[in-house]
Amino acid sequence: MLLQRLSLGLITLFVVSLIIFLGVSLLPGDAAQAMLGQSATPETVAALRKQMGLDQPGYIRYFTWLGGILQGDFGVSISNKREIAELLGTRFSNTIFLAVFAAIIAVPLALALGIMAALHRNSIYDRSVNVITLSSISTPEFFVAYILILFISVKAGWFPSLANVSPDTPFVERLSKCFLPALTLTLVVVAHMMRMTRAAIINLLASPYIEMAALKGIRKLRIITRHALPNAWAPIINVIVLNLAYLIVGVVVVEVVFVYPGLGQLLVDSVQRRDLPVVQACCLIFAATYVLLNLTADILSILTNPRLLHPK
Amino acid sequence: MTDTKSNPESADAMPPPPRRNESQVTVALRELRKAPLSAKIGLLIIVTYIFVAIFAPAIAPYGESEIVGPQFDLWSDTNLLGTDHLGRDMLTRLIYGARNTVGIALITTLLAFVLGGTCGILAAVFSGWIDQLLSRVVDVLMAIPSLIFAMLLLTIFGTSIVNLVLIIGILDSTRVFRIARAVSLNVVVMDFIESARLRGEGFAWITMREVLPNIMPPLVAEFGLRFCFVFLTISALSFLGLGIQPPTADWGSMVRDTSTLITYGDITPLLPAAAIAILTIGVNFVVDWFLHKTSGLKEEH
Repeated sequence: MLLQRLSLGLITLFVVSLIIFLGVSLLPGDAAQAMLGQSATPETVAALRKQMGLDQPGYIRYFTWLGGILQGDFGVSISNKREIAELLGTRFSNTIFLAVFAAIIAVPLALALGIMAALHRNSIYDRSVNVITLSSISTPEFFVAYILILFISVKAGWFPSLANVSPDTPFVERLSKCFLPALTLTLVVVAHMMRMTRAAIINLLASPYIEMAALKGIRKLRIITRHALPNAWAPIINVIVLNLAYLIVGVVVVEVVFVYPGLGQLLVDSVQRRDLPVVQACCLIFAATYVLLNLTADILSILTNPRLLHPK
Repeated sequence: MTDTKSNPESADAMPPPPRRNESQVTVALRELRKAPLSAKIGLLIIVTYIFVAIFAPAIAPYGESEIVGPQFDLWSDTNLLGTDHLGRDMLTRLIYGARNTVGIALITTLLAFVLGGTCGILAAVFSGWIDQLLSRVVDVLMAIPSLIFAMLLLTIFGTSIVNLVLIIGILDSTRVFRIARAVSLNVVVMDFIESARLRGEGFAWITMREVLPNIMPPLVAEFGLRFCFVFLTISALSFLGLGIQPPTADWGSMVRDTSTLITYGDITPLLPAAAIAILTIGVNFVVDWFLHKTSGLKEEH
């Protein structure tokens, strides 16, 4: 079961890389032509093609490309001729920093809210939380972001609206600069995470052994912490990891709003410049993170569920 | 435009089997009166948006990309909500945005449904290698986050409205495929499908007359949710400058163009963003109510 899921994950990664690679060969003309522009002579284009290895058949180029990436060589950017690996370096860690920051706020908050809503089901609290989360799920990220900027940054002046961190920004300053982007991401994912936690707990509370515990006269808090939670971990872990995967992707818009030097910003800039190698590299990293997180979610839910570990 | 309209209407008529002596309208009205407040608000929002989108040229004070004043003019009597970075009337562009942004999202959702729905039912009805092939293709497409995939494809094919609609439509049809396939799998094992097969009916008949009527409620709900998702994705791409291109009035790019105003405490950039949020919230409220009605559950998922 576990091995099966692992190998499936590896195959998915391989296919994803293949798709991202193939996307480029769909392009009219090729990378060499795009780099040199329309006015280039056929000879210079041919020379560059040879230098870039474009004259070789597709599958060889694919494996060279993939091999390079596995060794940390992503190729060269078309627009500014710099090594892509160098461009990615700090940006990737910035993006991870932001996502982790958001997750640290979001996960405990969502769990607490979700458990509260499940315990006080159909109360005014539950119903208002339902309406609020439904609304926040359907709100674009940039709306949340600009509202936060307006009230917290411009009107109140508590946190800066620009998250222009650099590698030598001190940690405390970095936290304060990243606070608004992290809060935006939190608000976006908390709703979903909370609803799923609530559903998982409600589902559990309906099972006979919980009723039994209640009939024995055990206190409500104890029922939750000792009886319900151990069985609820699997679905909750699943929810958390899936939302982290969403966080990694949702980061793109938030980074652009706050001018945060992360991977998402680089991706958007490169798409506008049609700088394919960079777009390819960014997409591959985003997609790989997404696939790996989904894989982790599945593996954790298999590991925490004995019934799945020993199939009949 | 008529489709969002027919969406809530069919939602009203669907749940309890209408009594013969009552017209569908009566049933719909009765259900509507019983609807919770949030669903009523949702319906009101949807109807308002459709109205604005259809009558945009009549309501808007100026032309869609007409330059009427200085750049970033403040709110005044002549330009109720001020002007944008090129001196175009914000109110006018907001009104036209209802037509463009919502219209494009609707077309994209329809494309996703026609494509995903057909393939999903096809996979369920024929099963075997067709099902295997389609399901694996969908698995692969869904392995890449759709916003990222859309950006890769937009780089390759260039940013135009046609490309945008095709790319988002195809990427989102994968989710529709999953739903359509799952719900039709429950239907195709029924005896009446078997008897239709034995009668020698073709795929088109089985789909249109036997399967589709039985899977409509979940698909209608999915249409609402999918529309929201597509609408948000397109707005996000437009906001990033990769979606709907100027001079077409569009809410996502309007936020982007006026975003600098926010640092002066001006709420103008929030207006188009709010327009997006209010519509998706409205649709979500209606879908939520519709799901409760059709599933017959008080406490689902």
